[in-house]
Amino acid sequence: MSLRSNVLDLRKRKREVQKGGGDKAIEKQAKMGKLTARERILALLDKNSFHEYDLFVEHSARDFGMDTKVLHGDGVIIGTGTIYNKPVCIFAQDFTVAGGSLGLMHARKITKIMDHALKMRVPLIGINDSGGARIQEGVNSLAGYGEIFFRNTLASGVIPQISVILGPCAGGAVYSPALTDFVFMVENISKMFITGPSVIKSVLGEEISMEELGGAKVHAELTGNAHFYATSELECFEQIKKLISYIPRNNGAKAMPFPPKPPKKGKKVEDLVPSDPRIPYDMRDFIKTITDNSEFFEVMELFAPNIIIGFGRMDGETVGFVANQPMVLAGVLDTDSSDKAARFIRYCDAFNIPIVTLEDLPGYLPGVDQEHAGVIRHGAKILYAYSEATVPKVTVILRKAYGGGYIAMNSRHLRADFVFAWPTAEIAVMGPEGAANIVFRKEISESENPEETRQHKIQEYKEKFANPYVAAAQGYIDEVIEPRETRGRILHALQISENKSVHLPNKKHGIPPF
Amino acid sequence: MTEEKEFKNLVVQGAVYKTTYTWKFENRLNWEAPNPNHIYSFIPGTIIDIFVKPKEKVKEGQTLLLLEAMKMQNQVRMPFDGEIVKIYVTKDEVIPRKHLMLEIKPVRIK
Repeated sequence: MSLRSNVLDLRKRKREVQKGGGDKAIEKQAKMGKLTARERILALLDKNSFHEYDLFVEHSARDFGMDTKVLHGDGVIIGTGTIYNKPVCIFAQDFTVAGGSLGLMHARKITKIMDHALKMRVPLIGINDSGGARIQEGVNSLAGYGEIFFRNTLASGVIPQISVILGPCAGGAVYSPALTDFVFMVENISKMFITGPSVIKSVLGEEISMEELGGAKVHAELTGNAHFYATSELECFEQIKKLISYIPRNNGAKAMPFPPKPPKKGKKVEDLVPSDPRIPYDMRDFIKTITDNSEFFEVMELFAPNIIIGFGRMDGETVGFVANQPMVLAGVLDTDSSDKAARFIRYCDAFNIPIVTLEDLPGYLPGVDQEHAGVIRHGAKILYAYSEATVPKVTVILRKAYGGGYIAMNSRHLRADFVFAWPTAEIAVMGPEGAANIVFRKEISESENPEETRQHKIQEYKEKFANPYVAAAQGYIDEVIEPRETRGRILHALQISENKSVHLPNKKHGIPPF
Repeated sequence: MTEEKEFKNLVVQGAVYKTTYTWKFENRLNWEAPNPNHIYSFIPGTIIDIFVKPKEKVKEGQTLLLLEAMKMQNQVRMPFDGEIVKIYVTKDEVIPRKHLMLEIKPVRIK
């Protein structure tokens, strides 16, 4: 036999395996509006950059008649490739092969590429489309999940880990995405839940569809499990590529710099932000006045929209933004928004991304539901995350900064490097209305016209304390700046902070209020 | 700020802020002090038996009804000595969580 015929034989074998579950299963996948695992990888990675491994891996199950079954690639494709010429490791579960179910060899393929990603310090992208554990493989399939979760945890904070849910992801399988940094979901295609609708119905009598229980919208809006929501797989892939462009490939690197660009000319800052702290505006519009090319890539847009997190560039360098949103719930901190911001702060800190905090909040959201939902422990996360972060931290106080909210939003006291305030900033223990009621309670109640006195006292308090100058006099604010100076001040602060070096006490790890 | 009329009010420490609400905020449960005379289901399930009748005097700890959920028969007991005022459920009825099952009132029993 000549070498040529061996090559032809190899090609034939490859063609066979690359078909995954075969034409019928592929047709079924298409009918569900889904791409195949291989199509997904090719659509996401740079052209001709995908290199596959473990194509010929076979499953090892011998019970329940599995010994006679052939499962191509054991239902998962692994490999390496590039996105914008930057290396990534990737795996994609193949739903056409035994419903993408996870058996021992399937898990071994995934853990092989995970080990590789961690060793080579490159991002890991996992595309999940699986019916869950392969029941026929019993405890071996559980072992497989455990090995994956363990590696997710080891790799956390070392390499970016991205989970893409493009099909069902149920039961224990959901915990791998939950341990990763960013979860992407697509309307009508992605489903995530611990217990499915049929079990919920039989046990509890509650009837709910899969989409309502664990669809993309639910996780993007209500649970906060998903960071990105798309209406099609292709839109989802564009989001992933964009994210990759903003983040460094590992915790020892910096994000790739882009050519610096000024913000687009648009509305003046002075016309964008009302001076009355009780009147709302869209904070995102302001962010776009200070980022390069007025671009802002928002993360978790739909969840807890009273706080905004996301990436932008300033002078070509990636910056993480954390900003209160006066447009929603007046920008208050609550359980969800604290969770959302705290995790993002820790992400930026782990991956050397400077944090710019834009502050405009009246404090924490009042309510029995908040207190009983543990706003104390959730709110503490944001304090912890800011205090612990050692990346450059710059804060700009636009308008109100009251009470605990002022402290939490990267104040000087939590070791912000630079704190700027606009002349409209009100840094005080609470808003004038609340403060006047307490400080002048006696005078108000004893006066002939309490309401008039109240208004008078509110005004008095406002003039004395609702400004940035009391805090500036203490050095808590580094400088009171004009709104249009904001970008320049932040840029300079970041430039000065480039070689920032601080050392926290040695410890194994802290105990954040998870 | 042309769309000002769409804004809602949120009061934080005496100040009224113009803003919008989230779905979660609008659908939050309003706190109500629990009424000790109302007995609610703590889990969704099926009423498989009722052992008491209205106006019956019942001692603390006595089983009032059986609520089956998650394949477990849960005995719902009288929290204090009292009388059954009204029964809101029937045998074999499937009820959701936090469903009012019984109304009782404290009565001294010799």
